[in-house]
Amino acid sequence: MATTEPAPATVSASDPMRPEPFVVRQAIKETGDTFTLTLAPVAGAKFRPFAPGQFNMLYVFGVGEVPISISGDPARPEILVHTIRAVGATTRAMQKLQKGDWVGVRGPFGTAWPVDQAHGHDVILIAGGIGLAPIRPALYHVLLHRGLYGRVVVLYGARTPRDMLYPKELREWRSRFDVVVDVTVDRATMEWQGSVGVVTKMVQRSPFDPGSAMAFICGPEVMIRYAAQALQQRGTAESSVFVSMERNMKCAVGVCGHCQFGPWFVCKDGPVFRYDRIQRFFGMREV
Amino acid sequence: MTQPGDTLVVEARALDAVFGALRERGHTLLGPTVRDGAIVLAEIGGASDLPAGWTDEQDGGRYRLRRRDDGALFGYAVGPHAWKRWLHPPAVVRWRARRDARGFVAEPDTAPPPRHAFVGVRPCELAAILVQDRVFLGGPFVDPAYRSRRESAFLLAVSCGSPAGTCFCPSMGTGPKAGPGFDLALTEVIDGGRHDLVVEVGTERGAEVAEAVPHRPAESADLYAARAVLAAAEGNMGRSLDTEGLKDLLYRRYEDPRWDEVAKRCLACANCTMVCPTCFCATVEDETDLQGTATERRRIWDSCFSQEFSYVHGGSVRTSGGARYRQWITHKLATWHEQFGVSGCVGCGRCITWCPVGIDITAEARAVRQGEAQGSRP
Amino acid sequence: MTIHTFEKILGEHPFFKDLSEPHLDTVVGCVTNVVFQPGEFIFREGEAADRFFVVREGKVAVEVFVPNKGPVTIETIEGGEVLGWSWLFPPYKARFDARALNAVRALSLDGACLRTKCENDPAIGYLLLKKFTELVVSRLEATRMQLLDLYGND
Repeated sequence: MATTEPAPATVSASDPMRPEPFVVRQAIKETGDTFTLTLAPVAGAKFRPFAPGQFNMLYVFGVGEVPISISGDPARPEILVHTIRAVGATTRAMQKLQKGDWVGVRGPFGTAWPVDQAHGHDVILIAGGIGLAPIRPALYHVLLHRGLYGRVVVLYGARTPRDMLYPKELREWRSRFDVVVDVTVDRATMEWQGSVGVVTKMVQRSPFDPGSAMAFICGPEVMIRYAAQALQQRGTAESSVFVSMERNMKCAVGVCGHCQFGPWFVCKDGPVFRYDRIQRFFGMREV
Repeated sequence: MTQPGDTLVVEARALDAVFGALRERGHTLLGPTVRDGAIVLAEIGGASDLPAGWTDEQDGGRYRLRRRDDGALFGYAVGPHAWKRWLHPPAVVRWRARRDARGFVAEPDTAPPPRHAFVGVRPCELAAILVQDRVFLGGPFVDPAYRSRRESAFLLAVSCGSPAGTCFCPSMGTGPKAGPGFDLALTEVIDGGRHDLVVEVGTERGAEVAEAVPHRPAESADLYAARAVLAAAEGNMGRSLDTEGLKDLLYRRYEDPRWDEVAKRCLACANCTMVCPTCFCATVEDETDLQGTATERRRIWDSCFSQEFSYVHGGSVRTSGGARYRQWITHKLATWHEQFGVSGCVGCGRCITWCPVGIDITAEARAVRQGEAQGSRP
Repeated sequence: MTIHTFEKILGEHPFFKDLSEPHLDTVVGCVTNVVFQPGEFIFREGEAADRFFVVREGKVAVEVFVPNKGPVTIETIEGGEVLGWSWLFPPYKARFDARALNAVRALSLDGACLRTKCENDPAIGYLLLKKFTELVVSRLEATRMQLLDLYGND
């Protein structure tokens, strides 16, 4: 059901501090507090290509603005997908958005998963909870260029089976012969017949060549720490492990100071970091 | 014809001619003036607004004005204000948006930037402006608001003749002589009968202004007198900071027990970040009218000392006072190097003076260095 | 199945692979091959813990039955992992239910028999105790992580 757009207003495309208008094409509920918005540009705004791992600042008129990872397919940037968890005023307002509502978007910002550097390597994607959302674009890219990579393994841990993100896609990926998908939960429900336990255990028994694998990890910092340790125990160098960090963000362009993590600005030196580079600060409290 | 690089002498009583020339070129004068018991920066009308015959006494948590026995126009160190008030203002409207039936569009703030002349920029402050240039102009994102204000500002620097008890610019290599970056730099010389300003011309813009006021070329006696003022100032600093290996020292001492010690005194009042001329952290606030149809996005000064500064859903990363003080000092003296290629500290001493409990950045750095030397365990 | 084959299987299993030959021999003496059907109980809570298992294939759910809720899986054990440690620690009773989620092939080790051998030969006793303590520690660490409820809403 197409809607004709009004004549486009002139919108300056070159100011990263100003949000551009996008319209909600679809709003679907994923789990209890998580939902996905599919957005398209309106009123002269343009879609922007993005790299997997990058984020946008999403703005709800009169409420506020938050950083949200892009969770769509980088090969289809005209369809902007964001999976969002309702944890504060702005994200709760986003949870109420419906088809036809407008959202301000500025971005994309930040560093990306090194999908090109990973050519010829086994690729291990490790995600916890909503961490699967920023990982998904990397998986889309890898599957689109499947022949360029070695083994592809997806390890996903969720709180309970009902909190799993993208269950239908997980089943589709698992049914492919060229992808290994292993899913575990912290707490099972009656019907759950799958693994119960921590993501790190999956790392221990996963089929990949530790010497040549590159791992991308996204999830709570505690989980990242233990997953990186488990990888190291198997023989994967910390310089082959990449993690996505999160900090308070306001400007997203490295001038407001809020997102600092040690010497780095997560908005422009991250959110994707090579683990050996940040390891020093990673274990430190309150940094 | 006056050229950049020339040194001239202008009589102190001709300073109003300099101000007149600046006004003719469209600049609004901002400079030091006495107000509420302090020497603050404000719009000034002429030389009569300057704090002639005043000096400042500063120490940890202490600031007083005192009368001088001469009529020096710039015979003080620095006040609480920094020039970032005008280059990186405390509140700036980024864009405005109106909501209509379809949605909304955000329009940038198109107000033209003011044209200022900054009168009395201290060498430490000049260095601080150059540091903030790296922050706002040196990265992948160039802040257009900062750039337009910066380009239009005329910098009239004044070298320091009367450093205060909390000054340590020589330790940071930023003074007491003004480094590069000024349009004009003055050194005030009061000697027997004369009251002159030895003027160094920095730029074409500065040369043009100097040309328009009564002056004579500087002779060796003038240069000598100016140098003597600076040499005396250099020997008269109230504090010092040992910067040898300081960055790496702080990187090693993230878990030093000293931070929790400081936290017992620190009120997290954020005074230090407000008066510091290089601190740039700001937050973004959206203000919507009561009908919910018009909104303004503002950038507003913020401080890493606030609890919410590092808030991520679920809580703040830095909740303890020690972690927040550590963030400020390690940013200022260590991680700033990584980020911008220089130290974040210019040795102006404001953070020491305006801290209600007198926490001293030079003392804290010294304590951490001594702590490591004495083998205190991190 | 000849004992020689059990030696090979056990000797290659991550849990036992660094055992010396004589010690491996001792353990092998207590081994039998077992198979469980999907849904079959491997052991029940409260039973005498006389055996432990080296899972070769399949998935086992370690469960607790919660009244009004039913069986709650607290952990799943898969191929390559060891199931059951209560045989080594008094009161030698199973603390949880263990149920095969699919077809499970495992080696069953006679815990009672091994306990006697451990009493008689402290060297192997110490070795097995170390190994099982390591196992308990790693499970405890994993459990603590599960308890942290990292993915939960704060």
